[in-house]
Amino acid sequence: MRTDQGATYAAGERVRIKDLGKPGHVRTPLYVREKVGVVDAYIGQFENPEERAYGRIGRERIPLYRVRLKQRDLWPDYEGPERDTLVLEIYDHWLERA
Amino acid sequence: MTHDHDHDHDHDHDHDHHHDHGHGHSHPHPTREDDDVELTYGEAKFIALRAMLIEKGVITGDEVRRRLEINDAATPHQGARMVARAWVDPEYKKRMLVDGKKAAIELGIQVTEAEVMAIENTPEVHNLVVCTLCSCYPRSLLGEPPAWYVSKAYRSRAVREPRTVLKEFGLAFPDEVEVRVHDSNADLRYVILPLRPAGTEGMSEDELAALVSRDCLVGAALPGPVPAA
Repeated sequence: MRTDQGATYAAGERVRIKDLGKPGHVRTPLYVREKVGVVDAYIGQFENPEERAYGRIGRERIPLYRVRLKQRDLWPDYEGPERDTLVLEIYDHWLERA
Repeated sequence: MTHDHDHDHDHDHDHDHHHDHGHGHSHPHPTREDDDVELTYGEAKFIALRAMLIEKGVITGDEVRRRLEINDAATPHQGARMVARAWVDPEYKKRMLVDGKKAAIELGIQVTEAEVMAIENTPEVHNLVVCTLCSCYPRSLLGEPPAWYVSKAYRSRAVREPRTVLKEFGLAFPDEVEVRVHDSNADLRYVILPLRPAGTEGMSEDELAALVSRDCLVGAALPGPVPAA
């Protein structure tokens, strides 16, 4: 079972995905940056891929969340109904409370 | 197996190649034994690296073979077995939704992914998986991804116009059903647990598994067709 230990944000909290403008192996796609969603779940602690990708293995682990966004917040001209959503994984340092 | 043919072959091959280079001759690239086509740069690099790692004693040819056997055992049938078990065993389904990796291991599947999350389709929510940044895919449970999954068209359109993409796969959902896209962009790998089709009440676990295609496990298809009773 996963626990909430080490989580900055709780499930249901509104969060904004930052645009850190960071080059390299980042896992936050451009299409979700500056978008607001809610924390779907805290997934646990993982090594930062922005470090691992360059051989810096075994460093500190950081919280990872599944963040849920409304499709209409992602794409103003979204084709489907208001209820459609997208969920993706965002690391703690890419989030702020919204 | 005590004699590893591939290992010996590649080992010799690499030496020939190296020797030629030492003499500064121009020469054709090494070719596959049974397929007279030039190796790509990546293939040549892979063969050279593997030979060096084996020669240095970092890995053995046997370990490479064992890992390839794990890869070869990975087919969509593994994911389908999990789905069928979840359909017939509510307790297994609960465990699968809590920890997909443990549930796979429970069925004897060798899981190479760090984390697997099973996502349940319901009458209210249909789920679709995509990896927009690359081609993350639960290979232990589904084998190698299909070409469409790794295509830039699918990777960009699945998040932008999922209902249109689903229609192209033959799936249409009313507006009352939420379409939820999961971008597999970081550490988790996803497998979809589809709804059990109507009319399958009397079917065995093996028969149920046969209804679950690869695309069902990504959310791009629904299980079936159900044979007439």
